[in-house]
Amino acid sequence: MLETRPLAMRAVQVAFLALLLGLWFFAVGAAHVHRLLLPDPVNVWVEMRALAVSGALWNAARVTLTTVGEAYGLAVAFGILIGFSISRSRHAVRLFEPILSGIFAIPLTLFFPLFILFFGIGTGSKLAYGGLYALLPVAMTSIAAFARVDPGLIRGARSMGARPWALLRRVYLPAALPGILNGMRIALVICVAAVLGGETLASTAGVGYAIKLAEELMDIPRLYAWLAFVVLASFALNLLLSAVESWSIEA
Amino acid sequence: MTSLLAWSGLRGQRTLLLLALFLLWEVAARLFADPAMIAAPSQVLSVLGPRILADPHVLAAVGLTLFELTVAFLCSVIFGLLIGLAIGASAIGRRGVMPIVLLLYAIPQAILLPLFVLWFGIGPLCKITFGFSHGVFPVILSTVAGLRGASPLLLSGARSMGASRLQIIRHLLFPHMVSVLFSGLRLSMTLTLLGVLLAELFVSTSGIGYFSQVFAQTFDPAPLFALIATLAAMAVMLNEAVRTVEHRFTRWK
Repeated sequence: MLETRPLAMRAVQVAFLALLLGLWFFAVGAAHVHRLLLPDPVNVWVEMRALAVSGALWNAARVTLTTVGEAYGLAVAFGILIGFSISRSRHAVRLFEPILSGIFAIPLTLFFPLFILFFGIGTGSKLAYGGLYALLPVAMTSIAAFARVDPGLIRGARSMGARPWALLRRVYLPAALPGILNGMRIALVICVAAVLGGETLASTAGVGYAIKLAEELMDIPRLYAWLAFVVLASFALNLLLSAVESWSIEA
Repeated sequence: MTSLLAWSGLRGQRTLLLLALFLLWEVAARLFADPAMIAAPSQVLSVLGPRILADPHVLAAVGLTLFELTVAFLCSVIFGLLIGLAIGASAIGRRGVMPIVLLLYAIPQAILLPLFVLWFGIGPLCKITFGFSHGVFPVILSTVAGLRGASPLLLSGARSMGASRLQIIRHLLFPHMVSVLFSGLRLSMTLTLLGVLLAELFVSTSGIGYFSQVFAQTFDPAPLFALIATLAAMAVMLNEAVRTVEHRFTRWK
């Protein structure tokens, strides 16, 4: 789908963000859009600096990043484990795969009130929610990746006397890695979105909570400042992921 | 035992597995769990009729969600197709506009929810637009991918045999696009549902967000589970509906 060179693509994206900023100045200055809907970009910039200087940004970001990190780590570990166990038998793959993809088709958001009920409105519910959301893509891609490992490689390694652990480390994992990495990339984006979304719905701390709080207090410049931080962060994450991707293709 | 063996088909085993899970849930909920937190499946089933399906307020909330979802999905499909065709038809679109679409798609949209409420209020419009903002991207991406998917070999073959531009579109590009498009449509349905539900849960002064909040805060899990089960059933049925249409259109494959 992407025939463009990465550099040209980034240039277009940066130009688009600049254009957006220009439109914003125009909408506020010349078109007189109401301040409650669209605040002055200068005010938003002042607010962004205030959030960064006062440490509010780091405090909220730390909560969110910790939750994402824990949820993602658990999801990847258990997802690969589940994927590997199911992929051991062709029968299990055919039995479980439709169940997993069926669950994936139901938005877990439906069950969010249950997460709050079980784990409270602290970070625990977001951890469980984001982790479960990220678990499914990792498990599904792992099943496919492990099941598709060339049986000839396995037989070869076995005949040369590889023990189960060596077989897993030297044959299964390297052969399945591209597929698993693809699932991990999808899962990371989903995990971040789920944790932020969960924080926006019901929470006591974190970036999503700060956004919701700013909206409830009708502190519109601060709301936009938080949103700008998240947009910039997701842009950076996007850059990082594509850098990792091109690096792993080269390697 | 022989009747169990008759169930040994894959579908039968899957059903048995799910039944076993439900049984486990039933036993665990009845024996060990806090009744303020977890309801057994039988209790959920028993309140499904009187508390959810017979309550006009709850039913109206579910119906409204379904309506918002339908409108948001239709808008996603129509606008997604139009935007996707506009982008995918030209090199300028692919090089100049596609990166912007990818940039926007990478933003975790959940955080924009307060903004949507600010702009569109707490009524159905906010939920429809938020669902649309989730659902439109897979349609755009799969339309562009579908346009690019037709193999150059087939294209030059058709051209060398003198096919007109219209014939190429009708017999080559369109059938190819449809099959790619439908995988996007299914994802779009899931994401639209996600968007609408997020907005519904965020605005908890009415609709299913209100009822789920009331049930959860009064530690009344049975109707909460029943409400969620109703919505989950809705999600599964919509997903199956898209899949059925997909089978009709891609039977040639």
